[in-house]
Amino acid sequence: MTAPLSRTPVSRRRLLQSAGAWALVSPLLAGASAAAAQEMPAIPALTSFLAGRSPRRERLRLDLPTLADNGQAVPMRLTMAGPFAPGPTVRAIHLFSEVNPVPEMAVFEFPIPPPKVEIDSRVRLAGSQRVVAVAVMSDGALFAAVAEVIVTIAACLDGS
Amino acid sequence: MADSRINVPAATRRDEAIEVRISIRHAMETGYRTDEGGKPVPRNVIRSFACRYNGDPVFAVRVSSGIAANPYFRFFVTARESGTLDFEWIDDAGARGTAQAAVKVV
Repeated sequence: MTAPLSRTPVSRRRLLQSAGAWALVSPLLAGASAAAAQEMPAIPALTSFLAGRSPRRERLRLDLPTLADNGQAVPMRLTMAGPFAPGPTVRAIHLFSEVNPVPEMAVFEFPIPPPKVEIDSRVRLAGSQRVVAVAVMSDGALFAAVAEVIVTIAACLDGS
Repeated sequence: MADSRINVPAATRRDEAIEVRISIRHAMETGYRTDEGGKPVPRNVIRSFACRYNGDPVFAVRVSSGIAANPYFRFFVTARESGTLDFEWIDDAGARGTAQAAVKVV
C-alpha cells in the first residue's frame, strides 16, 4: 500500500486509504484535557513507580497526535504551567507507555528550576495506546497527564 | 558529517528563556529489528543525555527505546551569563557523543 507521489500530504493520504475514516481528525495535538479526561491505564511499571500515590490530573499537559500514521516517530510535547521558583519546582517528568515492550520511555530531569516547561521530542509507539506523563515536584507532589494515540503503522512489528 | 545539530537563538536577554533544540544522529536500535540476513540487530540506544550551562547541569534525559531514532529534544533554560552549552550523550555500547553551542546573553 504505497502512497503514490502526489501533492497531497502523505499522512492525510494514508489516513484516507488505510483508516478508511472520513472523520477529518486532522493531526491536531490532543491535549490531556480533550473531552473526558483519559483514564489512567494500568501499567505495572507506572503502578510501582507511583507506590500508592495519586497524582493530580492538572497542570501537566501531554500532547500527542490523536492519529499517528507512523509509530516510529510520533511528535510529543510536554508543557507545565509555572511558577517553578521560588517554591516547589519540577524535578522530573516520567513518560510511560501502555503497550511498548519497554514501558519507561524517558525521564526528563531538571537539576535547576526551568524558566518554563515545554519539552518537545519524538517517541516510538508499538501500536495504538495511551501514554502517561507524571511530573514529580521538589515537595513530592505529583501531577499526571494521559494521552491516547491511534497508530496506523506500529513500530516494532515484523522486526521493521 | 556532524552527529548532531543544535539550534539556539543568536542572543537572549538575561533571565529570559533560551530555546534549545538538538537533534542527534543515532539509529536507536531497539533490539527488535532483524537485518537482511535475518539476524537480530542488537539493542543500542542512547541511554542518557545531559546539558550543562557553563559547567552547571541544567537539563538531562534518561532515554530508552521509547524515544525515536535520531533523537530530538527541544527545551528551555534560563539565560544567565554568556557562555557555552555543553551536550553529552552515552549509548548502550558506551559510545559517548558531545556537542557545544555558544550562548550570548545581553
